[in-house]
Amino acid sequence: MTDETFRPSRRAMMFGGAALGAALFMPKNLRAQDFPTAKINTTGLNVTDKEATVGILHSVTGTMAISEIGSVQAEKLAIEQINAQGGVLGRQIRFIQEDGASDWPTFAEKARKLLVNDKVPAVMGCWTSASRKAVLPVFEQNNGLLYYPTFYEGLEESPNVFYTGQEATQQIIAGLDWVTKTKGAKTFYLLGSDYIWPRTSNKIARKHIEDKLGLKVVGEEYYPLGHTQFNSVINKIKLRKPDVIYAVVVGGSNVSFYKQLIAAGIDPAKEKPIILTISVTEDEIRGIGGENVKGAYACMKYFQSIDNPANKDFVAAFRKMWGQDMVIGDVTQAAYLGPWLWKMAVEKAGSFDVDKVRAASPGLEMTNAPEGVIKIHKNHHLWSKTRVGKALENGQYEVVFETKDLIEPNPFPAGYQ
Amino acid sequence: MFGEYSLSELASIFAMQGFSGLILFSVFVLMALGLAIIYGQMGVINMAHGEFMILGAYVTYLVSRAFGQLPHALFNVYFPVAMVAAFLVAGALGAFVEWALIRRLYKRPLDTLLATWGLSLILQQLYRTIFGAREVGVTMPEWMMGSLKLTDAIEVPVNGVLVMGIAVAISIAVGVMMYRSSWGRQVRAVVQNRTMAGAVGIDTGRTDRLTFAVGCGIAGVAGSAFTMIGSTGPSSGQLYIVDTFLVVVFGGAASLLGTIASAFTISQAQSILEFFLSGSMAKVLTLLSVVVILMLRPQGLFALKLRK
Repeated sequence: MTDETFRPSRRAMMFGGAALGAALFMPKNLRAQDFPTAKINTTGLNVTDKEATVGILHSVTGTMAISEIGSVQAEKLAIEQINAQGGVLGRQIRFIQEDGASDWPTFAEKARKLLVNDKVPAVMGCWTSASRKAVLPVFEQNNGLLYYPTFYEGLEESPNVFYTGQEATQQIIAGLDWVTKTKGAKTFYLLGSDYIWPRTSNKIARKHIEDKLGLKVVGEEYYPLGHTQFNSVINKIKLRKPDVIYAVVVGGSNVSFYKQLIAAGIDPAKEKPIILTISVTEDEIRGIGGENVKGAYACMKYFQSIDNPANKDFVAAFRKMWGQDMVIGDVTQAAYLGPWLWKMAVEKAGSFDVDKVRAASPGLEMTNAPEGVIKIHKNHHLWSKTRVGKALENGQYEVVFETKDLIEPNPFPAGYQ
Repeated sequence: MFGEYSLSELASIFAMQGFSGLILFSVFVLMALGLAIIYGQMGVINMAHGEFMILGAYVTYLVSRAFGQLPHALFNVYFPVAMVAAFLVAGALGAFVEWALIRRLYKRPLDTLLATWGLSLILQQLYRTIFGAREVGVTMPEWMMGSLKLTDAIEVPVNGVLVMGIAVAISIAVGVMMYRSSWGRQVRAVVQNRTMAGAVGIDTGRTDRLTFAVGCGIAGVAGSAFTMIGSTGPSSGQLYIVDTFLVVVFGGAASLLGTIASAFTISQAQSILEFFLSGSMAKVLTLLSVVVILMLRPQGLFALKLRK
């Protein structure tokens, strides 16, 4: 069932005039009357004979709006596509969107509203770890279900959350192995914005570099969020001459960092040193400017340029819905997975009840996600591949490496804490 | 820490570090000059200063887009045009804001804080609506990127040199205007005694409007210059506002010379500390020392001697 029912390509193909061809691939439509509401909704959720209402909870105002709007768009696209295919257990998905307003207590308050007042069976939402930590007690207390899209630092495994982005070890280790193997890197300079995700990521990176690879970290530095002056650290980097600058800088600081790197004569394209980042997606490049980052490498699970039919359809559908100049970054794709994974789990469970959906989730496999094959692990994270992309002047990444196998999520890596 | 480096390497690194200190100094001066005029001379706490800077940055972005349509040779020289446009647009908005909002609040200086904070929120949301929530990338002409290689080891960023040049030019211009022009004399007269200035025939309302407009215009120029080194987004202005007030208050509110001296002190302290300590720690120590100095000397580094 799982493979057949997931066809994001269907809608795009119909619009392409291939309706006849598409009809052959039409999923077996599940009819609502085969699943009486009283049976599939025993806990009083917002699910009727015709509709199921989920929640979308992101910041569309405030500083985080920059990042979170892509996720909102992807989730709405997924919901629309699922509805075009006949919905979930024959029910159309409706959504109630709440604005977290880049403010963590507001996130918690809105999460409570969605779960207690609106009784939504699932919420797609949150972006920063801070917002997730704020809503976590609400979800656990009210037994809600959250699909969280961002790559993050790990060290968490809630029964009420599915993490559709990568946790830190998945994202980091493959990239470090790649840069040492193919580029012969020996020394690393770790740099980050000063909060939990960059610090944890660099801790994992340092441990891997020093203990597993036997190489050297020649510097590790953090700057406050929003820092705009990187000249001093760039001088320090020049003094230490690392082979790799490992950059986990976020937000507006990125723009300053890359512009000042180039101005100081460190051109990422010359690979002296190599810039390897885990925080710059295609979204960020739009603000930094492709000419300032071209030649830098990024390590994550998804790039817009991934060459497979499912991704091509996804990109086309996304742009059709939201505009031709849209770019799609790693988190946007992960957000797109949320509604699909929820649909698959609900249909496998034959129920909207949170406990049954949770129990049905581990082991679910999606073979034609835009990023390729993914699988839900019993720790609620996803098995996924990790890729290395090289930034191009046009703001896209060229995929230069991808892991052969799916990488097992390991949110509590031994010895890294 | 330096054992493994040769003397010439060290010399060049220190030269470059000295230079980044100077760049930071220029950035601070540019940020603070507009506010020094508005806060220092008029006593208006303009929380929307950062948003006026970002307005300048967005104007630069629009001008760069417009010049992108023109032949390539013209694109290389768009920046001066953009800076003038940024000054005019930010100045015009400043004059409007003074007319609509600020002039009603001169007798309640603390209320300007709330009013301009509200204004900053309005402007941020306006930018978000017009330009989108994401940052925009301002494309620079090629000659403005990259670095000048002075020796093998010493490289000087081109955009840093430009920021320094702009900072020097604007400081001189402001100095001349304040202390050599009749407008400057009027501004200082109004600051020292509004009633008396009015009594001798100075149009205080007009002076205030012009002063506020010039302060905002300079903020616009600063924002325009910062597109070379920083990000342009709806809330980027917030990144600068704390440092800006810090520089102005530390320098002594009513003194332009104080503003420049304080920008120099803070930038050098921060730049040197950043080199020897980690980034966050450097910031903590800089802020701590500013707090301590302000406790000992609440009027700031330089203060006008006034009979109280």
